[in-house]
Amino acid sequence: MQNPHSASLLELSDALHEGQITSMALAEVFLQRIRQQDTVLNSFITVTEDEVRAQAAAADDRLRAGQATRLTGIPIAHKDIFCTKGVKTTCGSRMLQDFIAPYDATVVERLDRAGMVTLGKTNMDEFAMGSSNENSYFGPVRNPWDTQRVPGGSSGGSAAAIAARLAPVATATDTGGSIRQPAAFCGVTGLKPSYGRVSRYGMVAFASSLDQGGLIAASAADIALVLEEMAGFDERDSTSIDHPVESYVSMLGQSIEGLRIGIAVEHFSQGVEPAVAQASKDAIALLEGQGAKVREIRLPHTELSVPAYYVVAPAEASSNLARYDGVRFGHRAADSQDLEDMYKRSRAQGFGDEVKRRIMIGTYALSAGYYDAYYLKGQQIRRLISGDFAQAFEDVDVIVGPTTPTVAFKIGEKAQDPVAMYLSDIFTIGVNLAGLPAMSLPAGFTNGLPIGLQIVGNYFDEGRLLNLGHQYQQLSDWHRQVPALSA
Amino acid sequence: MGLNRNEVEKIAHLARLAVSEEQLESYVTDLSRILDLVAEMNTADTTDVAPMAHPLDATQRLRTDEVTESDQRALFQDGAPEVEAGLYIVPKVIE
Repeated sequence: MQNPHSASLLELSDALHEGQITSMALAEVFLQRIRQQDTVLNSFITVTEDEVRAQAAAADDRLRAGQATRLTGIPIAHKDIFCTKGVKTTCGSRMLQDFIAPYDATVVERLDRAGMVTLGKTNMDEFAMGSSNENSYFGPVRNPWDTQRVPGGSSGGSAAAIAARLAPVATATDTGGSIRQPAAFCGVTGLKPSYGRVSRYGMVAFASSLDQGGLIAASAADIALVLEEMAGFDERDSTSIDHPVESYVSMLGQSIEGLRIGIAVEHFSQGVEPAVAQASKDAIALLEGQGAKVREIRLPHTELSVPAYYVVAPAEASSNLARYDGVRFGHRAADSQDLEDMYKRSRAQGFGDEVKRRIMIGTYALSAGYYDAYYLKGQQIRRLISGDFAQAFEDVDVIVGPTTPTVAFKIGEKAQDPVAMYLSDIFTIGVNLAGLPAMSLPAGFTNGLPIGLQIVGNYFDEGRLLNLGHQYQQLSDWHRQVPALSA
Repeated sequence: MGLNRNEVEKIAHLARLAVSEEQLESYVTDLSRILDLVAEMNTADTTDVAPMAHPLDATQRLRTDEVTESDQRALFQDGAPEVEAGLYIVPKVIE
């Protein structure tokens, strides 16, 4: 098989089933690429070569025995936020640098069961808090399109690994844009499913009412294939939704004739780089040419999404991260004077600056006397934002616009200014507050850097989004571009 | 919405985070700036708006109270910083 690293997942699946390549040989192709490129990119925290070979050998047995699924033998990388039994799960933090989970996340378990081969664990902003991957205890990830620039975050390792074709598909998570923003910055395709669509069991918690697992791959069709296995009800996740999983792959051929596309005025306002806005307009024109109907809509509370998010998410984080106390697992400071001293110094040493800032904001917002002014107000704004989307979806099927206001920024450029960093998620955060599914598609380049197009759908419309993404990718080849470094 | 040093010290204590004198100043600046951003929420009138806790307004599922987990204490304690005789060891609490 020629260049398996640039093949689609369906092509890989066919090649494996037809015996044109073995799972072992395929895994070696990607391990070799990781060895060659990842000393620069730093997209993996852990590469599990021995486990890869064991899983690949088992996959080859299944393929020979005729007991394989469409995913058997296909390699995958997992964001280091998903617990993997027997392999370190660091969440990008010193706190968990030696943590080995005693169980697998449901996502990992399901994809293992389907026969996928785990290449390793991808780098990320610590506890998924960040938009640049500079907040990882294991060092920043570099953007394969320009190694002086960030890959976005928090799933920066997964996005960079896919852009460089170090893995054919990777899991990721999205609390405020952490799948879509890095997918946009790295020129790859990323899907954040509806809240509750993918199990959060074994996914290290950041903000529980917003966190959602998803996927990053080269194309929408690749994501469709894996999401079918990954999505679905899980009784071990109390917020998992019991709603049937569609056959996303079989929906990929649908015509978009008559599809109602909404364009939010707020997504093309000031602050959006002209080339980024233009790329979205070009993409929309292309879809219009296929019979989609375009109309303008309003999302009037867009600007309030970032302020509301920076109450709701830190409040939930401060509560979730209270578990890291140096007693049962994780980092413990040496030579403590007493229990309180041990808690305080273990946490001070184990967490990085951004995580501490968010814990403190959240602690403040939830402290006596401030609850109504902050958390309650944030949840009320959340209702307004959700209402904007609900109103829009009465008239349109999807909302299309830029994923981010700019392309990837330089490493260090926003590191000293947390608020400037937060504002790079202005177009993605509202989707999490409302719990909607959304994806980012590569839609062009400016000065050699990728531009992302975001499409937002109504609840459980993952199939519609993936089909729209696929239709767009039949008409464009942005998603096939590979950085020179990785060609 | 500015915070002063005393307030930041109090928040750090509530969050059980040790903060050095040198770090305190940068937290005062950063947290105040974040709260300024958050204060933009106040431009919206939210009178009579019901707070939203779950995107689909789902409620917690209940299940029958059955034992589903087996005892895996040794496995779970493998990752603990300090364990003795099946107990988690912490600095002395009671004199």
